Amino acid sequence: MHQTAINLTFIDYSILGLYIAFVIGIGFALKRYMKTSADFFLSGRSIPAWVTGLAFLSANLGALELVGMAASGAKYGIATCHFYWVGAIPAMIFLAVFMMPFYYGSKARSVPEYLKLRFDERARAFNSISFAIMTVFASGISLNALAKLLNQLLGWEYNICLWVCSLIVLLYVLKGGLTSAIYTEVLQFFMIVLGFAPVVWLGLKDAGGWTSVKDKLAGVATDPVALNLVSDASKTFKPDAWTSAWTPLIAGPSQNPMGVDLFAMIFGLGFVLSFGYWCTNFLVVQRAMAAKDMTAARNTPLVAAVPKMLFPLLVILPGMIALALSATAGKEYRLPQAIITQARMTTTIASIKQSVSGGTDLAAAQENLSAKAGVSFNPAKVATLLKSPETLTVSDEKLAIRLQDAVVNDYDGVILSLVKRYCPTGLLGLALTALLASFMSGMAGNVTAFNTVWTYDLYQAYIAPDKSDDHYAWMGRMVTIVGILLSIGAAYFASMWSNAMDIIQLVFGFVNAPLFATFLLGMFWSRTTATGAFIGLVSGTTASALFHACTISQGNVPGVKGGYLAKLAVLPSDMAQNFWLASFAFTVCFVLTVVISLATKRTKSDEDLKGLVYSLTPKQIVTQAWYARPEFIGIVLLIVCIYFNYLFW
Amino acid sequence: MGLDIRFPIGIMFTLIGLLLTVTGFVTGGDPAFYKISLGININLVWGIVLLLFGGLMWGFAILEKNKK
Repeated sequence: MHQTAINLTFIDYSILGLYIAFVIGIGFALKRYMKTSADFFLSGRSIPAWVTGLAFLSANLGALELVGMAASGAKYGIATCHFYWVGAIPAMIFLAVFMMPFYYGSKARSVPEYLKLRFDERARAFNSISFAIMTVFASGISLNALAKLLNQLLGWEYNICLWVCSLIVLLYVLKGGLTSAIYTEVLQFFMIVLGFAPVVWLGLKDAGGWTSVKDKLAGVATDPVALNLVSDASKTFKPDAWTSAWTPLIAGPSQNPMGVDLFAMIFGLGFVLSFGYWCTNFLVVQRAMAAKDMTAARNTPLVAAVPKMLFPLLVILPGMIALALSATAGKEYRLPQAIITQARMTTTIASIKQSVSGGTDLAAAQENLSAKAGVSFNPAKVATLLKSPETLTVSDEKLAIRLQDAVVNDYDGVILSLVKRYCPTGLLGLALTALLASFMSGMAGNVTAFNTVWTYDLYQAYIAPDKSDDHYAWMGRMVTIVGILLSIGAAYFASMWSNAMDIIQLVFGFVNAPLFATFLLGMFWSRTTATGAFIGLVSGTTASALFHACTISQGNVPGVKGGYLAKLAVLPSDMAQNFWLASFAFTVCFVLTVVISLATKRTKSDEDLKGLVYSLTPKQIVTQAWYARPEFIGIVLLIVCIYFNYLFW
Repeated sequence: MGLDIRFPIGIMFTLIGLLLTVTGFVTGGDPAFYKISLGININLVWGIVLLLFGGLMWGFAILEKNKK
């Protein structure tokens, strides 16, 4: 992705243009249905389940997800599927079967509003403010990433990419509100699938099919340092480390490339993080809330679960294909890397020769080299170069090749490197349109969730209550514009201070980690009090910040990556640290909420909590046949999901 | 909501499918053009897939409309 820009032709631009015309057209076609604020924010609760279901999926499938999952596929192999088969699917089924009746049945217009109905204003304020800020930054980060990508790949101007992409999203959300976002998300869903599928197909064919990919990855696992996959030269894995989902995980953190243990995976990711995201994040839940009736609302996550289960084929497999290709002689493929420029290479070569003769301090020599070359190096490979006397005698050309080979992989470039490798004019336009579509679906999702939470949970609740419905509908449009402008601001912020951005994302990780405990207790235990929930939530958030401050993962220095207060525990990887943090925060929030609830008085009567808490809500009279009930469909999906896990055990 | 999303999806993919199919036909005689896609005329193949998908969406939408 850092090489020369590729040129698009008339055909490619035509495909891109057609797509843009259609998404904007849908916005304009829906304009005449936008009469009340409920139409704009809730789609008037009139959309069938298959549409909300695909939108549910698409809103989450931003460009970063697409790029990031392929990156993880190369980095960690098939274990990345745990984000789907252990994480998302069970959580989506839980949402459909157990939680949706309360979200939809309570007539709450947003997730924070549910918290207000169930508890009180404190929980709502905490959740809505953090959510509003988070969505703005999330869309800013992905906007920045997209503009950078288009700039590197196509040579388009960064600022133009930023503004034009935002403007398109603004146009169709402004015209058609949530309906427009949901409808275009469905179109974008098909665009993403049909745009990337041929690339994956060609890649798999080129790599010689799945069996051949597996064989190659077995070789990669036994010598991971050859492809800069690990930074420790002596590190090796069993042959199935990249191609088995469970065996390496059960064997322990040192046996799988993720560096994660079984408990952190199942409890931390599978339970806490995934249920916390899929069951409480308004970005996705909003899609289900827009469904036309209770059945459609409950079916929304179930409809989404079917393609979600198969998505690893589209988003993770390309990463594994890329890794297999780079391990195949004669394919002339390498995982993308930053390129050391000619001018910098000269000084880098001079510097490394000096270090070999003089310095013994490896770490200092490495840091010096990275500064000279302007890229990060794989420590194991640079150490080998620094120790070898041959470095002094070999020709500059050969040394340049070896230095370039030691540059760390840019995993995020994997998916586009495959697009570039296989797509002729025509298909290229389609694949790039799919990339744009994935970005727009994510951004529109963020913007519609942001404008609803702002208007209903912050503006109407605290700033200007008791205004006319027209006023709120007007506010929704205004804040859509403001939300987009804030996202653009956040994108520029991200491009300038990427470290600050890491910290912001970290803080939101802290806020999200305990959230599911609050919802779980709130929905299924009528004794939970508002004070208990609020203190539990705030303590859970504080606990995750403290956990981060007191633990560190192997190979990191104290700072943004944690451990700046103490080093109470050293975890095997960043991911393990993240999963354990979530488990810890959840437990703190859960226990404190229970204890404080028992010590405080309930402020809401059983009557108040009807429709909000499981045990106090009268059972719905079931009218569907047994095979059409969400419970039955959920169980079938769960069995299929377990089968997938078994298949790639 | 008054708009059946299958219509725009159907029309859009039919048009894109047509574009790719035509590109596939025009460039089909030039093996160098398809060297990167492993010698497969991927524009023609995928153009037909998109045409079929677009037509299917369109068909479903029309069926639904006639039912009403």
